[in-house]
Amino acid sequence: MQIRYAVFTPILCRTQRFNCAINNTRLQMLFTQTVPGAIYLLATVSPRLDRYITLVKAYKMSMELDVFVGNTTIMDMEVYQLWLDGLTVSDAVKVRMDEGALLECEANPEVLTSDTMDQFRTFQMCERLLHSPTKLGSQLLYQIPAQNQIILIERYYEFDSVFAREVLGKKLSKGTKKDLDDISCKTGITLKSCRRQFDNFKRVFKVVEELKGPLVENIQRHFLLSDTLARDYAAIVFFANSRFETGKRKLQYLSFQDFAFCAGQLISYWTIGAMDSMMEDMDVDLEKEFLNELKDLKVLVNDKDMMDQHKILVCAALRGKIKVYKLMEVNFKNLSRALVNLASKLTHTKDVRDLFIDLVEKFIEPCRYDRWTVAEITLFLTHYTNAAHCLGTFRHQMIWDRYMGVIKSSQCSPLLHLSLIKVNYLSPTPSISSVSPPVNILNELNTFLICKL
Amino acid sequence: MPGKLKAKIVAGRHLPVMDRASDLTDAFVEVKFGNTTFKTDVYPKSLNPQWNSEWFKFEVDDEDLQDEPLQITVLDHDTYSANDAIGKVYIDIDPLLSSEAATVISGWFPIYDTIHGIRGEINVLVKVDLFNDLNRFRQSSCGVKFFCTTSIPRCYRAALVHGFVEELVVNEDPEYQWIDRIRTPRASNEARQRLISLMSGELQRKIGLKVLEMGGNAVVGYLQCFDLEGESGLVVRAIGTACTLDKLIPGSEIKEPVFSEDPTHPLSVPPTPLRTLPSSSSPPPFSPSKLCSRQSSSSDTDLSLTPKMGMGSGISVGKEAGPLKTLLRQQAQSALEQREFPFFTLTCFPPGFLVHIGGVVSARSVKLLDRIHNPDEPETRDAWWEEIRQEIKSHAKALGCHAVVGYSESTTICEEVCILSASGTAAMLNPRFMREGSVCVYSRFDDASPPSCGFCHIPYDEFNMPFPAQLTYCYHCRRQKVPDVLFTTIDLPAEAAVTGKGCLIQARLCRTKKKAQGEVNATAISNLLPFMEYELHTQLMNKLKLRCMNALFGLRIQISVGENMLLGLASATGVYLSALPAPGGIQIAGKTPSDLSYDQHISTMQKRINDTIAMNKELYNIHPPECIEEVVGSPIPDRQRSRLFRSTSESSDELSELDLSHGKKDAFVLEIDDTDAVEDIQSLLTDAPMPAGFYSCNTEVMPGIYNWTSGLQMFTSVRVYRLNNANLTNQGLNKIFTDLCENLLKSLYFKLRSMIPCCLCHLNFTVAVPEEELIQVRRHTPKNTSPILFIFPINILIKLCVFVCFPGSGENEEQLQFSMELCGESTSSNNQPTAKPSASSSERCSPLPEVRSRSLRSTRSLPCGAPVTVVKMTPLSFLPRTRIVKYLGIINMFFIRETTSLREEGGVSGFLHSFIAEVFAMVRAHVAALGGNAVVSYSMKECVFMENPNKNQAQCLINVSGDAVIFVRESDQEAIPPLITCGQTSTTGADGTT
Repeated sequence: MQIRYAVFTPILCRTQRFNCAINNTRLQMLFTQTVPGAIYLLATVSPRLDRYITLVKAYKMSMELDVFVGNTTIMDMEVYQLWLDGLTVSDAVKVRMDEGALLECEANPEVLTSDTMDQFRTFQMCERLLHSPTKLGSQLLYQIPAQNQIILIERYYEFDSVFAREVLGKKLSKGTKKDLDDISCKTGITLKSCRRQFDNFKRVFKVVEELKGPLVENIQRHFLLSDTLARDYAAIVFFANSRFETGKRKLQYLSFQDFAFCAGQLISYWTIGAMDSMMEDMDVDLEKEFLNELKDLKVLVNDKDMMDQHKILVCAALRGKIKVYKLMEVNFKNLSRALVNLASKLTHTKDVRDLFIDLVEKFIEPCRYDRWTVAEITLFLTHYTNAAHCLGTFRHQMIWDRYMGVIKSSQCSPLLHLSLIKVNYLSPTPSISSVSPPVNILNELNTFLICKL
Repeated sequence: MPGKLKAKIVAGRHLPVMDRASDLTDAFVEVKFGNTTFKTDVYPKSLNPQWNSEWFKFEVDDEDLQDEPLQITVLDHDTYSANDAIGKVYIDIDPLLSSEAATVISGWFPIYDTIHGIRGEINVLVKVDLFNDLNRFRQSSCGVKFFCTTSIPRCYRAALVHGFVEELVVNEDPEYQWIDRIRTPRASNEARQRLISLMSGELQRKIGLKVLEMGGNAVVGYLQCFDLEGESGLVVRAIGTACTLDKLIPGSEIKEPVFSEDPTHPLSVPPTPLRTLPSSSSPPPFSPSKLCSRQSSSSDTDLSLTPKMGMGSGISVGKEAGPLKTLLRQQAQSALEQREFPFFTLTCFPPGFLVHIGGVVSARSVKLLDRIHNPDEPETRDAWWEEIRQEIKSHAKALGCHAVVGYSESTTICEEVCILSASGTAAMLNPRFMREGSVCVYSRFDDASPPSCGFCHIPYDEFNMPFPAQLTYCYHCRRQKVPDVLFTTIDLPAEAAVTGKGCLIQARLCRTKKKAQGEVNATAISNLLPFMEYELHTQLMNKLKLRCMNALFGLRIQISVGENMLLGLASATGVYLSALPAPGGIQIAGKTPSDLSYDQHISTMQKRINDTIAMNKELYNIHPPECIEEVVGSPIPDRQRSRLFRSTSESSDELSELDLSHGKKDAFVLEIDDTDAVEDIQSLLTDAPMPAGFYSCNTEVMPGIYNWTSGLQMFTSVRVYRLNNANLTNQGLNKIFTDLCENLLKSLYFKLRSMIPCCLCHLNFTVAVPEEELIQVRRHTPKNTSPILFIFPINILIKLCVFVCFPGSGENEEQLQFSMELCGESTSSNNQPTAKPSASSSERCSPLPEVRSRSLRSTRSLPCGAPVTVVKMTPLSFLPRTRIVKYLGIINMFFIRETTSLREEGGVSGFLHSFIAEVFAMVRAHVAALGGNAVVSYSMKECVFMENPNKNQAQCLINVSGDAVIFVRESDQEAIPPLITCGQTSTTGADGTT
């Protein structure tokens, strides 16, 4: 290829960067495409376009103002993503150049910069409206086609699960916001993007917090999000409200999606809304009364007879079915105690927060130590749950019914099934069982958490 | 006689938080018209107040109704301190005064504040009860319809075209009054907005009176402009064409040409024209240099000249008796000469209206504003314009034409120097449309020349041509003479036969000028102007040849003055008219073949030019039938003859740019004798070609492309550049300027790349060179001489650019799409990137009540996102593939926006971006409130931007205008018969399922 413009101002020529970059073929191609080549070449040479812009300023002239407004607001969704990712204009231009935007329509970096700036400005102006998506439909300032509005909102509220995992269970306060730069460093997501995601969480939380009715529907109504995204937000809101501890090292193996699943289960079974959806209910908080009732389950471990009977029942059901039968038989009392104690402690807020860490420490780790498989744990928990039903002296029938629904839904959870196949552990032998509804969820969570190990 | 204006404030939404403590607002509304004010109750503690007020009634004169806007102010009630203004809405009630336009204004209006922009919305209902006034001496002109559209509006029929109307109103600019030193910027801006609103109301009323006097009922091609003259005042002026329009009954055939009954006697010039000698001492039309120099040289003495005639006095100028070519002409002449200025602001005409086109006529004049004796009176300006119009008229006469079409006027002001420009296309018109008295005469001329070439034929005398041109026999009818090139300011006539496609052609020019004051400055500018026009013309000609085209339409030359430079920008759409001869190539000739390398250089250049021409031919699909030319073009060696005659009749004016006698007879010769010429050729060749899939033009329709979709977008782009290097030569400047324009176009192409194939129509460039002291924002801020190194900011503003997408480019494609549209909405919408208009409005021919009911419905289901009516905006006078069913009235709005927190608003770009978006939003809201779903002939007339980055301030003024309309999709109309059957089947199907 031929270099058309060989005129450079002395300042530009002498830079080291220039010399090394001239060998780059892509640059040369660019070079031939653009008209006042010298300036443009520099754009690709210097790592940051800001430098290029300042140099151009010094050279001949500067663009003071550059505006492009359409009656129908036109948005490039690829650029929108770059903006959402928190890139600066110059970085975005670089990314677009790498993606080959220059090959279209005989563009040059100047055109690309101008376009990117325009788009970024448009997004920035729309951002205010995106904070209350319902307004976007009725505002008069920007005429945006309906399908674009949906995309704009959905993309704006999408988040990186890595980031969400970091913030999960933390108080959505100013203090946390100050720590965002650490998270940004850790996850590699730009600070700007982190801030946007964090503000989104906070905004959704603020709006939904005091509202009655199903959490997911509330989120969908106020933020016009898709079903899956609304569910994720429900999980975030739920975790932020109950402030579950998720940051401990022992829990690091769990992803955001894992916790989102757990949140879904907890919302389904432990909140007021879980019981009678006809009532004007609150999905955000765990049901206090219910947590108090959990104390009654202590009988399962405190009453020696009942505990023995429970063990016998479970063992009978599991004999020959699991490899870790022996170990199970030995450890049954410990496991049962761990589960029941965990349940009875949940009256204290502190213990509710530590739910996940306690589960892992008290139940999953011993099982893991004994090399249970996921299938075995599931089986154990199922029988452990069923056996309690057969206990003659166990009187919490109401909660028992609640529990039956739990079992069914837990069996249907595709996530659970999937992970069941994946992981393998050795396990002890079965024994008698006795179970209460909360314990059942714990079981489920246990299984789930183990799967993820 | 009075009328009764009624207004009702329904509700507000999205109001800003005015009380920080409660995060709420206690809003109430003041409704003001004239001197009467009403107030609503305070609606406490809400951002979405529901006032639901009673009807506020104003009993006013209809004169006031025309002049005054309804002013709605939203305020926040404050118990202890003064009430804070949230913002205002000005509603022009003019559309309600015409019986045929809108009947009610109802809808959401953005609440606008000159400092904060749009702050929430307010729902208002306005009605007018008008009592008929038959008083002969009345001052009002209610009922006269105004159209910005420069063609006969689509759902009307022109019974008579009366002619030119103009008016001018002057007032003191509030920004320059003493009181401005003490009042707040907001008060000052509002005073200015209100004044301009009043002035344009007054102007319309006065023009309306003139129209009524002439016996018309409408103004078409209404063009209103503001001149911000600074100290010497604020001028609002308007021109237009008075017509008598008959409304076509909706439902009857409208797609037929509007003048369905007239072409029974198509007119043409008789084959044997009898020629009389014209008094041809008049200057040539293509060397406006002459005109300018003559005009401008007398700039200082101009002021002492008192105008010979007042407005409308109509002293006949026909004494000099222009060339009377035929009886027809005599008749037309008499019909037209009865009026002072036979000008028409229309650019698009009904078939048969335009008989011949002469060429572009233009006149410019340089004036000093500080020499106006009594600045508050319109007389001086009237005289100035009068003078220019007279000149235009005489130019037209020199071209053997009795009328000027596509006429427009403009000004540029730089401190105390003001350039007034007027331009148009000299033409012969069919007088049938002018006056009842002169109709019957023409029935004799039955021999019709083919209508597709009639307008190309020369109107002037072959032997006494006002300027040199090569004449040939028309390539279409072989009977009449045609020129080799044709420049016009009008749109391409619909009947014209075109080969290939058209394209946008631009000539750009920069000239440096010494900084000077007053008269010296004016003289300097006057001296430069002729050369600029000449060079622009040469550039246009070269570029035209390079694209192998032979006619320019929609030519618009803009010259703007800066402190030390002049900018010229000419844009036009080039086409190859089949009736005109094929343009010859461009030949480069060295002055003296001095050495071998020089020759070689020339030959390579020649080769490149030839290659480019060949490439362009391919690109624009221009394949003129060469062989036919040889065979039929031979009867008379016309070229030779015409050249012969021309040489005898050549006047002594500078004509070199058209001097075609040089060398070969069909080649355009460029002589390279200095660096200038080399530069020219370079610039000629560096014009970047359009990327594939793009077409652009500055006329309403793209010549050579017919398969439009209704997907249509409108954009505004503004750019300001700042030049840092003080010592630039003319060439350097030219290069920069060209690059800027090219880059802007490139940017556009890039942005719209996702819509390929598409066409940019009505591309309208405007350049301005703001004063060096653009830093000054408010007059009472001390002048700021900043240390920043800059000399002249160039302000390039592409005001409008509509974009129309069309799928494919072949005829088959079109057919296909057509049939698809017949199938129903869903399929056709695949090709349309923009949102469709509300379905409810597209069902019937008179969807007005439906639209109304829709908007009412939307108010009821308010707070949770009522759907906003999609309003399309376009600078075109039509929407492709749709039918305009009703014109609702003219939209003419003026906004000022100011900020004292420029950086916080995202710098100048952010500030202007949001302002333009706000202006769009307000226009859309007004149209929607009138019940419309589109604005046609939209244009942004004025966009003045001032900033002071050091003070973090900026101010911007924008004036927009257009016609609010209701349109329905053409496919809906056509699809009615098949739809019935479809509907039946579908309903039965539905019944079956249920």
